[in-house]
Amino acid sequence: MSISIDEVERIADLARLALTDEEKERLSDQLSAILDYASRLQKIDTANIPATASVLPLDTILRDDEVRPPSPPGELLANAAEQDADMFRVHAVME
Amino acid sequence: MADLTALSIHDAAEQLQRGDTTSVALTQAYLDRIAAHDGKFHAFLNVTADVALEQASRADARRQSGDNHPLLGIPIAYKDVLCARGVETTCGSAILKGYISPYSATVIARLEAVGAVMLGKTNMDEFAMGSSTENSAYGVTRNPWDTERVPGGSSGGSAAAVAARFAPAALGTDTGGSIRQPASLCGVVGVKPSYGRVSRYGLVAFASSLDQVGPFAGNVADAALVMETIAGNDPLDSTSMPTPVPAYTTLLKRDLKGVKVGVPREYFIDGMDAEVEKAVRTAIDQLRELGAEIHEISLPHTDDALPVYYLIAPAEASANLARFDGVRYGPRVDGETLWKTYRQTRGAGFGAEVKRRIMLGTYALSAGYYDAYYLRALRVRTLIKQDFDEAFKQVDVIACPTSPSTAFKIGERADDPLQMYLSDVFTLAANLAGVCGISVPCGFDSRDLPIGLQIIGPAFGEERIFHAAHAFEQATEWHKRAPAV
Repeated sequence: MSISIDEVERIADLARLALTDEEKERLSDQLSAILDYASRLQKIDTANIPATASVLPLDTILRDDEVRPPSPPGELLANAAEQDADMFRVHAVME
Repeated sequence: MADLTALSIHDAAEQLQRGDTTSVALTQAYLDRIAAHDGKFHAFLNVTADVALEQASRADARRQSGDNHPLLGIPIAYKDVLCARGVETTCGSAILKGYISPYSATVIARLEAVGAVMLGKTNMDEFAMGSSTENSAYGVTRNPWDTERVPGGSSGGSAAAVAARFAPAALGTDTGGSIRQPASLCGVVGVKPSYGRVSRYGLVAFASSLDQVGPFAGNVADAALVMETIAGNDPLDSTSMPTPVPAYTTLLKRDLKGVKVGVPREYFIDGMDAEVEKAVRTAIDQLRELGAEIHEISLPHTDDALPVYYLIAPAEASANLARFDGVRYGPRVDGETLWKTYRQTRGAGFGAEVKRRIMLGTYALSAGYYDAYYLRALRVRTLIKQDFDEAFKQVDVIACPTSPSTAFKIGERADDPLQMYLSDVFTLAANLAGVCGISVPCGFDSRDLPIGLQIIGPAFGEERIFHAAHAFEQATEWHKRAPAV
């Protein structure tokens, strides 16, 4: 399994990660090695095995629909890099 | 005056109840010890001395008015992945520098409700990704037994804090071994609860189907006490089970008559440290002497746990860490567009291991690779879980090593991710299967580094691992040794 620099750039784009050239080189090598190691799983016959995404025997639990006091907006906004009139301020989403 | 920081929680609670000391004095003793010695180890990222002394003073007042919970006025340290209202939570990452939590994690709220005192926040691998605490953006934590060596990870700060007696107990989190492995490397007790046993509300998520919060302590009874306080259903965590919590501290016994202990042959492998194997084999003989029946068992998919874990955990992490984008919290690196702001904020804010796992997880979930990697890993996870289901039809608990080696040198595995991932080879499967596990000290190697015995129990069978670990501990002296700080 070999992960090319192009492939690293494609994944970094999906993950919204800016990477330096040096990081791309290193990740190309390291991801290739890790996926090589993981390739042992390809030898296991999983055709009739169900997937386990969670080990819990729980269905979605619904809580009672009660009104509870919300967190104060000011406290939630206090950690934002930029805020404006009780809102998070960001660049325009659409040009 | 006797050193208050040498007391177990049980003994400290007795002294508090008799009026021999106060929570303020006990808390001050720990704060003084941290101030004098943590420069050598860097277990703490943030010591909340003012909060601690205020809480201690309130605890003393509560005891005066008749409250006598055994954790009332007892200082505890928290891994910096757990939110405490009004206190910085960094997760060991630059991307959360300066983030002040607007609410407390349920585990912290429950401990504060019974009057426990918060000493501060402990160091960790960034977002709990690592096995050595070298991945913290704020510097490495050193092992109190040998400062050239790692404390293990990712909860290395909490493990080192308990080992150095900076706190009688601490909370950590365990996604693939991050409580048990550092407990083993630092010579303390560490518990990974069954998935769904302890609320994850207010724990910054790494891999949501694997993460659990659990205690570190100097002995099994103290760990059981913290565990019975933090466990139980929480309406704020939809994955917390409604199963009632047994009073673990009342179920500890000194013998193991009739207890069936399974020893999995796959957990004694080529390449593991010979001294670790010898100590764990000796510990298993001691379990037999205490009345346990020892059975060799097989967990056939043991070798698959590592690749399964390193596909599932990064996949879940890549989704969970999407929220760190410089909008709602953390420093922002401004780009010309929103898109560029996201990329640059994340590129600057995350460290190498976190980036590696986000990339690996994104790859495993991406179109064209999802079936071959992520879905296949979920199917093999079923086989791993079935191994444990079958094993627990034959035995009550499983005994094996916690880690294949004792504490390794700082830097030794830092450049080789796969070598580092192998540090967790004996702990990952329990998380994938959702079962519980404990690491308890069972010896020292020739360099005087601690060795841990891992005891694994079935899902929601914590009382069994506490019983077995307590019986072993009470018959041995290992937990009484402390590093020279």
